[in-house]
Order: sequence, then C-alpha cells, then structure tokens
Amino acid sequence: MAEPLTPVPAPGETAIDLHKELAETQVAEVLDELDRELVGLAPVKTRIREIAALLVVDRVRRRMGLTAETPTLHMSFTGNPGTGKTTVALRMAEILYKLGYIRRGHLVSVTRDDLVGQYIGHTAPKTKEVLKKAMGGVLFIDEAYYLYRPENERDYGQEAIEILLQVMENQRDDLVVIFAGYADRMDKFFRANPGFRSRIAHHIDFPDYTDAELMAIGEMMLKSLSYHFDAGGAAAFRDYIAARRKQPHFANARSIRNALDRMRMRQANRHFAHPGLVTLDDLTTITAEDVRASRVFNQDATKPD
Amino acid sequence: MRVTQGCFSFLPDLTDADIRTQVQYCIDKGWAVNIEFTDDPHPRNTYWEMWSLPAFDVKDAAPIMLELDACRKVHGGRKYIRLSGFDSTHGWESVRISFLVGRPQEEPGFILTRNEGGGQAIQYTLQARPLPGASA
Repeated sequence: MAEPLTPVPAPGETAIDLHKELAETQVAEVLDELDRELVGLAPVKTRIREIAALLVVDRVRRRMGLTAETPTLHMSFTGNPGTGKTTVALRMAEILYKLGYIRRGHLVSVTRDDLVGQYIGHTAPKTKEVLKKAMGGVLFIDEAYYLYRPENERDYGQEAIEILLQVMENQRDDLVVIFAGYADRMDKFFRANPGFRSRIAHHIDFPDYTDAELMAIGEMMLKSLSYHFDAGGAAAFRDYIAARRKQPHFANARSIRNALDRMRMRQANRHFAHPGLVTLDDLTTITAEDVRASRVFNQDATKPD
Repeated sequence: MRVTQGCFSFLPDLTDADIRTQVQYCIDKGWAVNIEFTDDPHPRNTYWEMWSLPAFDVKDAAPIMLELDACRKVHGGRKYIRLSGFDSTHGWESVRISFLVGRPQEEPGFILTRNEGGGQAIQYTLQARPLPGASA
C-alpha cells in the first residue's frame, strides 16, 4: 500500500512518549559515551544534548505531518589552550553521524594552508576541492582566524572566506563546518567577518578545567596508558596541578599530558637508578617521588620543567 | 536519433535521484567519478572532454552532483554528457561504469559515407553529424 503524501498521526497517537522515542534511536548511547569519556565541558555537553533532543522531536514531528527542517549545525569552538576543542571536534563528526544529521560521518581537518592558495586564481579551486572532500561529513578548520589577515589587503584568505560563506549557506544539508580557536582571536575574526557570526548557529565556549577535573583527566590518561598513581602520588599530583596553574603558559589538559609524560620518564629512570628486580606493580605505579621531582614545585622557577 | 551507449542504455534517461544513487554506488566501491562531455558521440570516440578534475577523495555524491549541475549549465541540452567511474586498483586500472546523463535537445545522429576504392571495393565510414550550433 502506498504511503499517504502527508503523514497523518495514527489513531491514538495524539500523545507521544518522547522517552520511548529516544530509546529507539542511538542518541542515548551517544550521550552516555560522551559523559563517560569527556570530563567537565558542561556547555558542550548541554549543546549536544539540545541538538540530540531536537532530532528526536523532529522525528516525531515528521511522523505527525509537521514540517521538520534540518537545523543549521555550523559551530565555532572557542576557549583557552588545552580545553579540548580539537578533541570534541573530532568526536563531533561521529556524534552527528550517529544522530543522523550527516550522511557519511567523516571529518576533514584543515588549516589555512589547505584552503588558501599561493597565487592569484589558486585559492578558489583549492578551497572548493577541500569543501568537496568534506561534503557528507564535517569540515574542521583549526585556528580559523589565520584565514583573515587584515594587515595584508592583498591576502588570498578573503577569497577562501567568501567561498566558505557561500557553501555554508547553500549546501547546509551537505556539510557541517566547525571553526576552532582561541577566544580573543576568534572574536576579532568574527568582528571582521560578520557574515560568519550569523551563519554559525552554535557558538560554544570551552571553559577552563577545575583542579578536580584536571585530576580526573590525568587519572584517565594514565589509565589508558596502563599506569596509576599510588596514594602519595595522587596527593602530590593534586599539589602539582594547583602549583602549575599559577605559572605561565598553563595549557589545561595539554599541560597535564606533558607533565604525565615527564613523570613516566622519571619513573623509568628511577627503576634504573635502584638496583634490583622490578615487579609489575613497580612498572605501572607513579609515586610521589616521580611527581615531586618536578621543577614546578621549586618556587623560584619561572619556567615549567 | 536517440543515441544510446554505456550502462543503462536500454532504460529511459536517468533522473537526478537515479544518478545520485549510481554515483554513491561508485564512490562506495572506491571508484573515482568523472564528468565528461563531447559533441562527437561516435561509439569509437573514447576521448571525451573532462569537466573539472576526477573526484578521487570524495566521500559523498553531493559534490559530483554540484559539478554535474555546473556542467549542465554550460553544456546541457547542447552536448552529450556522461559520468564514468574509474577503478584505480591494481589489475583493473580502467573505467568500470559509464553512462549518459545528458544529451543535446536535437540529436542529428550519424552519417554513413560510401567511398569507392580501386576495383569494385567499397569502404563505409560512420561519422557523427555535427550538432546544431557547432562551429565546424
């Protein structure tokens, strides 16, 4: 039997259980995974939750014969170094694909070099080529503000920006563009190119992590590398985070990752320094000694170790 | 005269939705999809002109359809347009699928020329008639 052109609600379908609807999609699974694997980042999770909710509601609306248009999903991620902008963008393609907003779920990650050409007439084909590759998926433009160089009026970046804007507007169904960068510079970029600000529906600000969140991130990173802190090590690392934050060039989770790498080196070195046999436990434990050796604890030091 | 060649030649002309499905099939198979056009539809003419570049790294049919639209804006209704899928894997390295997606509004067809040679020998040559609006 042919389906009617305008779907009418089935008898008795005047009220719909949205939670049952949610269970039928993969959405809940995606959201759970996000909660499990990303520490903190409340604004990001809220926004993804909203997008997911809209998807479920749209499914129901379509079934009831109401219009359900795909929303604009272009995003901009701003925040300090190491707050997880790139990490989230990489997962966004997968999330949007599972939510059914994009058709293929691949991510094309580019910077200025991939979009802007070197001579007249080189930029447009280059940008278009990248856009074509990204269609059906997500185009991630890292450090997007480099596209615009106000100090050089003959810079080809402007041409790339114009093509981007045009495709973002006309091919909304084919491609999602995510811009990422440090907050202050992105602000300047958007002020200089007002067309972007209005075409990007989701401006998400990545907050700095709290000490407790950084601790959780550190432990998660160690776990994925098959290491763990002993009690003393954990306490020392908590002190380390508090001390490191006050020093210059603090880059949130990235600083934590670097610190952990150095601690692993010290731990390895310690095992060489002490003669004797090592056990499995020795190989996987980071102790207070490994943490406290850091130059961060030396108050006179201005440079991170 | 309605010229037919390549895949689906016995079917009615494909709709855009049909074309998109075929293009996605080619992409999923890992073939590079090309858009080509010509004013000489002779079956032995393998050298059609190419529209833009072969789409090697494309994951979705959307960009091909965009390019096809652009090509139709220039040549639609005036030249023959076809899509082909090129398989670059070792051992194949050739076109795996090719089908017409556009034709001139008026198709003048072919002309058969008869040449009398030495003795009573006769040679036949098949030539595409020039399309309307063609310069030569």
